[in-house]
Amino acid sequence: MKKSYKIEVDCANCANLMEQAAKKTPGVKDAAVSFMALKMTVEFEDGAEPAAVMKDVLKACRKVEPDCEIFM
Amino acid sequence: MNKKQKKVLYRILIAAALLVLANVLPLPFPASCILYAVSYLTIGWDILRKAALGIANRQVFDENFLMAVATLGAIALAVADRSGDFNEAVAVMLFYQIGELFQSIAVGKSRRSIASLMDIRPDCANLETDGGIVETDPEEVPVGSVIVVQPGERIPIDGTVIEGSSGIDTAALTGESVPRDVTVGDEVISGCINLSGVLRVRTTREFGESTVSKILELVENSSSRKSRSENFISKFARIYTPAVCCSALALALLPPLARLMLGMAPAFGTWAYRALTFLVISCPCALVISIPLSFFAGLGGASREGILIKGSNYLETLSKVKTVVFDKTGTITKGVFEVSGVHHHEGKDEELIEYAAHAECASSHPISQSLRRHYGKEPDRSRVRDIEEISGHGVTATVDNVSVAAGNDKLMRRLGVEYIPCHSAGTVIHVALDGKYAGHILISDVEKENICEALKALREAGVEKTVMLTGDVESAAKQVAEHVGVDEYHSELLPGDKVEKVEAMLRELGSGKLAFVGDGINDAPVLSRADIGIAMGALGSDAAIEAADVVLMDDNPMKIARAIKISRKCLRIVYENIVFAIAVKLGCLLLGALGFAGMWAAIFADVGVMVLAVLNAMRALKTR
Repeated sequence: MKKSYKIEVDCANCANLMEQAAKKTPGVKDAAVSFMALKMTVEFEDGAEPAAVMKDVLKACRKVEPDCEIFM
Repeated sequence: MNKKQKKVLYRILIAAALLVLANVLPLPFPASCILYAVSYLTIGWDILRKAALGIANRQVFDENFLMAVATLGAIALAVADRSGDFNEAVAVMLFYQIGELFQSIAVGKSRRSIASLMDIRPDCANLETDGGIVETDPEEVPVGSVIVVQPGERIPIDGTVIEGSSGIDTAALTGESVPRDVTVGDEVISGCINLSGVLRVRTTREFGESTVSKILELVENSSSRKSRSENFISKFARIYTPAVCCSALALALLPPLARLMLGMAPAFGTWAYRALTFLVISCPCALVISIPLSFFAGLGGASREGILIKGSNYLETLSKVKTVVFDKTGTITKGVFEVSGVHHHEGKDEELIEYAAHAECASSHPISQSLRRHYGKEPDRSRVRDIEEISGHGVTATVDNVSVAAGNDKLMRRLGVEYIPCHSAGTVIHVALDGKYAGHILISDVEKENICEALKALREAGVEKTVMLTGDVESAAKQVAEHVGVDEYHSELLPGDKVEKVEAMLRELGSGKLAFVGDGINDAPVLSRADIGIAMGALGSDAAIEAADVVLMDDNPMKIARAIKISRKCLRIVYENIVFAIAVKLGCLLLGALGFAGMWAAIFADVGVMVLAVLNAMRALKTR
């Protein structure tokens, strides 16, 4: 399953870091962050609960970029 | 400016005012220190916080870290020197924040101007219900309901016109500025703007399946497929910052140690200052911000002209295309049959067409349709008597008391009329009037008017070879190929053979890339096999949008060259920015290391390069 979320982030490099962090989160099969469109597209693994996984994704992203925001 | 940016602006103003006060007021030593400290913390607290969080989360090397170390280092030096001059630390932080603010405004602005190009999302649909017309969210309109589109409104959902007629502006989808006329029974596509009359439309799809949603999805996801250049930058940033930090450390320690060994004064202070300057210069923001921005602008500029490119990686491939392979039908030719000539007729051509069109007036065969289209008027049925259709042969009829026979060779033989065979490729309709041969009408798939120019434009855009593939017989293929001027053609191919041909060409190809252009019908395997698949005339065809990497919304062949030109320009800008930013950085690093450039110069270089790179990136939006 694929879902996309609106995000807020200040710099392109931070967006890259968020992408890396999201990719490593359990339950996430693949993730892509578009800095220009301010969008994060997340592909979940089968059986993963998107809402729960996204909480972890946000936590992981906050670690690399304290100011970021994901609108769920 | 948004709230966050305004907050930063106020902080900048307050910190700047405090800094001025600290310099102007004749305060004794400790008091001025407090003023400096307040100013420094006002402007830099978030940077320090982020740097600390970064260290705590083991994400040490980023811009915040660089700035924190550089400014704290400058303060430490000022304390060590007992100079009490904290101007430098505060000013560097101040300029860094001004640069960041400027960058965030510039990027936000560019993002909005690009996004507005693709703003084809309809806000609401006027749904007809028992209780009158209700404004509804397009997503909630079921298939088969009736919506009303007022002049000036965007058509929200694909459907069929059931009442009214109007011109619709398809520019947002195709880049074509001439409005298209629609009337009852015509299909209308969502995303177009209704220009003149009120239309009642019966929806044929849900909003999510409508053209406008498909296009938006495609455009919005396009920047997530990253190009090699973008990947290069993110890798670059990952090794760059640690490398710079190590170099700075080396710069601070090695020269003084060397001087010690040579018996000179170590001058730790000077070298520490140079190392800090080095750190300030090294922020890589110009690169990491301008490259994605260039690609985004390129994709945006292309989509404004009705060229949808599915990702930056395809934009990059497109710029390297050296060979363009065409599937003949629908790309070089129109894919519709038209009268292309009247031969061996002694009178006027129109006369023969008129007889044939009348004789065929009752038939719904595609050939008779194209005859009628060419005739231009609706045949007058009262002039026609005794129509007899002979299946597989043609028709005979009496038109204005002249007996007309129109059909193929077999019909002529059956009627015992001597006919002249045709040399050209296409479908031939022989016409006999009162039992005497009167010539034949040639109906064929005609070439697009501007195909020759389009091939020329391709060559000008740097394409070295054009190839035509077709299922037609050799003679027909040769005629078309020679006329439009492709370099190579292959005829009598089955759909499977086309894949093989393209694969063979891919093997021969060196470093250049191969693009395959098709109309999206029956050629999905080839579209996906080529380095880059371009589908033409895709408006309303889901299969084509699905299979291709580049989608041309209308069927104008000139757009292929446009797409390549746009991609070349975009990539040139990307390389310009990479080279420019790295060159300026390296130059400044060298000057900083040798002590020619101070921290002030460093911060100006950083902001300046970033601004120029962003402005340069925005050029990708417009290609002449």
